[in-house]
Amino acid sequence: MTANHLLSLSIWVPILAGVLVLALGRDSQPGGTRVLALVGAVLGFLVTVPLYTGFVNSSPAMQFEELARWIPAFNITYHLGVDGISLWFVLLNSFMTILVVVAGWIVIEKRQAQYMAAFLIMSGLINGVFVSLDAILFYVFFEAMLIPMYLIIGVWGGPRRVYASIKFFLYTLLGSLLMLAAFIYLYFEAGGSFDILKFQAVALPLSVQILIFVAFFMSFAVKVPMWPVHTWLPDAHVEAPTGGSVILAAITLKIGAYGFLRFNLPITPDASHALSGIMITLSLIAVVYIGLVALVQQDMKKLVAYSSISHMGFVTLGIFMFNPLGLEGSLLQMISHGFVSGAMFLCIGVLYDRMHTRQIADYGGVANTMPKFAAFMMLFAMANAGLPGTSGFIGEFIVTLSAVQVNFWYAALAATTLILGAAYTLWMVKRVVFGEVTNAHVAALKDITSREFLFLIILALLVLGMGLYPKLFSEPMHASVLQLLEQASTPKF
Amino acid sequence: MTFVPPNLVPAYPEIFLLVALSALLIADLFIDETKRFLTYAYAQLALVGTAGFLLLGAMGQVVVTFNGSFVDDPLARTLKMISVLAVSFVLAYSRDYIQSRGLFKGEFFVLILFALLGVMVMISANHFLVMYLGLELLSLSLCALIALQRDSVIASEAAMKYFVLAALASGMLLYGLSMIYGATGSLQMAEVANTIAQGNADPGILVLGLVFMVAGLSFKMGVVPFHMWVPDVYEGAPTAVALFVTTAPKIGAFAFFMRLLAGAMGPMLPDWQSMLIIVAVLSMLLGNVTAIAQTNLKRMLAYSTISHMGFLLLGILSGTLGGYSAAMFYVVSYVLMSLAAFGMILLMSRDGFEADTLSDFKGLNKRSPWYAFMMLLIMISMAGIPVSAGFFAKLAVLSAALDAGLTWLVVFAVMMSLVGAFYYLRIIKLMYMDEPDDVTPLVGESDHRLLLSINGLTLLGLGILPQPLIDLCTASIAQSLRG
Repeated sequence: MTANHLLSLSIWVPILAGVLVLALGRDSQPGGTRVLALVGAVLGFLVTVPLYTGFVNSSPAMQFEELARWIPAFNITYHLGVDGISLWFVLLNSFMTILVVVAGWIVIEKRQAQYMAAFLIMSGLINGVFVSLDAILFYVFFEAMLIPMYLIIGVWGGPRRVYASIKFFLYTLLGSLLMLAAFIYLYFEAGGSFDILKFQAVALPLSVQILIFVAFFMSFAVKVPMWPVHTWLPDAHVEAPTGGSVILAAITLKIGAYGFLRFNLPITPDASHALSGIMITLSLIAVVYIGLVALVQQDMKKLVAYSSISHMGFVTLGIFMFNPLGLEGSLLQMISHGFVSGAMFLCIGVLYDRMHTRQIADYGGVANTMPKFAAFMMLFAMANAGLPGTSGFIGEFIVTLSAVQVNFWYAALAATTLILGAAYTLWMVKRVVFGEVTNAHVAALKDITSREFLFLIILALLVLGMGLYPKLFSEPMHASVLQLLEQASTPKF
Repeated sequence: MTFVPPNLVPAYPEIFLLVALSALLIADLFIDETKRFLTYAYAQLALVGTAGFLLLGAMGQVVVTFNGSFVDDPLARTLKMISVLAVSFVLAYSRDYIQSRGLFKGEFFVLILFALLGVMVMISANHFLVMYLGLELLSLSLCALIALQRDSVIASEAAMKYFVLAALASGMLLYGLSMIYGATGSLQMAEVANTIAQGNADPGILVLGLVFMVAGLSFKMGVVPFHMWVPDVYEGAPTAVALFVTTAPKIGAFAFFMRLLAGAMGPMLPDWQSMLIIVAVLSMLLGNVTAIAQTNLKRMLAYSTISHMGFLLLGILSGTLGGYSAAMFYVVSYVLMSLAAFGMILLMSRDGFEADTLSDFKGLNKRSPWYAFMMLLIMISMAGIPVSAGFFAKLAVLSAALDAGLTWLVVFAVMMSLVGAFYYLRIIKLMYMDEPDDVTPLVGESDHRLLLSINGLTLLGLGILPQPLIDLCTASIAQSLRG
């Protein structure tokens, strides 16, 4: 039955497409390479669509499960499955891959086959991260994903790409190696199994839970990234090519939050409660402090990068308040952030491709020469600032609402993002898009092409759609979120 | 008293190899310079023959012969098979290199085969003196191999260093063995183990003997603080010889640890475990940290070897069958990785030009995307990042150590592999992110290129499906050490 192998397909179709692009793509004939990559990306997305249409919203269990023996010596299995928490990430990732391929269509001039292949392979690996139910399988995808990203930043990135790529890699590796040690520990505790669902059932004393929580925290906090281990992100974002920034912001950051939901909360529930004060504090620092840092950025990409960290602070805030509203809010915030940050980076990419600068000061009055583009950028900026009616509003609003239930001051601090977010985003847009045309380069700008229009309009529709009818997105989550919270509030010792 | 001839069957592979290489030694005198290829082909055939005899041996049984001084068990057979295979790759990778450097002589092949014979004797030794004989055969052949490039100053220096330090280590080992003989009254490993287990030996003398023995073993393995020779030999010796040094002798050293520590000194596990912990920690620390500062790839690989050996010891010092088979998996993956890494250096070296500095790898992706990809696989495997053999090797030893309750050691090892990742990543960075200094495409013998591709893809393959090799290691260890 093919329906049972959908998850495998969602992993392996993009990877195979990537290998094909590598094998068949010739840099002398970039046209064929691009078409092949696009076909691969679209196919990769199409195989994930049935996951949504066939998803049973009322069930909190893993769906589309696949289970096969992989390495019997360590009882490592090829165990896949999605629930309401991971479903959206698979869809989001497969979808963004198409946009990235389109966005890199003519912009990437050197070694296009390798560029496209790296994104396709990474897309498959990221799907693997979200659907793995075996810890080692998860780890394999989690780590293997670093290599294409390392190359994408390092090969096609900006001037300080090498520094940024190594920093990115080592930061991430540091955390994940500790996580590996925790996995091996849990393997023995779970009676010789790496199955994540079995990990969740292991009873552990609080002291051990805290150590394991910290090991996971090191891994996922770097990915999210939470303050103070966020410093790799601005570097990586600024130096990465547009596609790399889009995937980093829209997808890989979510892996950190997903990790908290899949590992920390259910495996170490008591430690999660015990340490939730610290986690909430770190989240609020990210929201407020990083929001202020974003305000003073001169570089557009850096500004959006810091705004990503600030928005991800909302996500972790929602997770560690342990109420259904907060959790769903943070999941919605992640999806929305995937669209909005992806769109912001694509907009910056559009400008960068024309002007080859990302400094805000080099722009001004772009709306006069690129009116269509200006409309899009304004919309996405509004979404980034959390304007009602856009997707950005939903998550922030729900998380703030749930924060009020827990502690008024949490909510008050979190709500500052509505001001700060509006301030840094709109101020940037004001300086870049509006006003008089400041220099001859801006005067010579040409408006977006139909290719650029295509990916911007798709994202714009999604941002508005999600803002106006979020139920579509939140419906599949309910059952899984409630089950997760039940696990997270059941003491384990 | 009648003379009963010993059962020679278990030693057929060694006997065949000895006969074949003696014949090679003579035949080579009559082969003139232009037909030297025959020597190479003959050496490869000798390896194939040895492998054939290994396959003919009894499967899954433990046979002891020569009055209990020689053992043929699944562990021995597997390790010998891997050594023979590795040497065959070594010869294939080296052919072009030694040809262009005037080293394409009979001596090279004879010495390598002698060293292999030494390794095989070590692997099968069931008696301390046989072990020592094998070891000395290996050491002396290696010493001559390192000095093969007579007019190279650094090669001579490396050979001298190796010779002096090897002699010192052998002395320490012998001294340790003599104490164990004094305490137990035997040099036969099973008898030593029995005597110790029954508590009939003076523990003071035993521990002292053990200290000397571990020191001697650590020298052979090239672990801190007995590692000084490793970087010099790797750098000084002709690359083809350095390639050999990282393969079969490491397997011999692993067998050495298995036979002496896990076998003979098994009952003294707590004593040697604590010694090995120190050695392993120092090796992982010094190997990884010093490797960062290297600009010469061969030196970098030398320090990386030191740290890998530290990881390998993690498996051994767990003192469980699972730990031993993890260590065995590690040593096999390590041999595959280092074969491939040196195979790359040899592929990139041309007439009179050694591609042994890091900058030689600059922009390799522009010159040859396929071999850049191979090197990428080798590097991620060495760094222990999935999807590669190195990842499962690391997972296996780490879980063995954690199973033995050495949690803090595992956390330390994990931190050290982060440090290690940095210098492996640097090579990837050079290949993919830098512009090449030299844009000539890679040339090389087609067999070299094919084998290297197979070698690299094996690392990937074992990263996806490690089960067959894990099974092989587990079975070999379980059948041999219990038997």
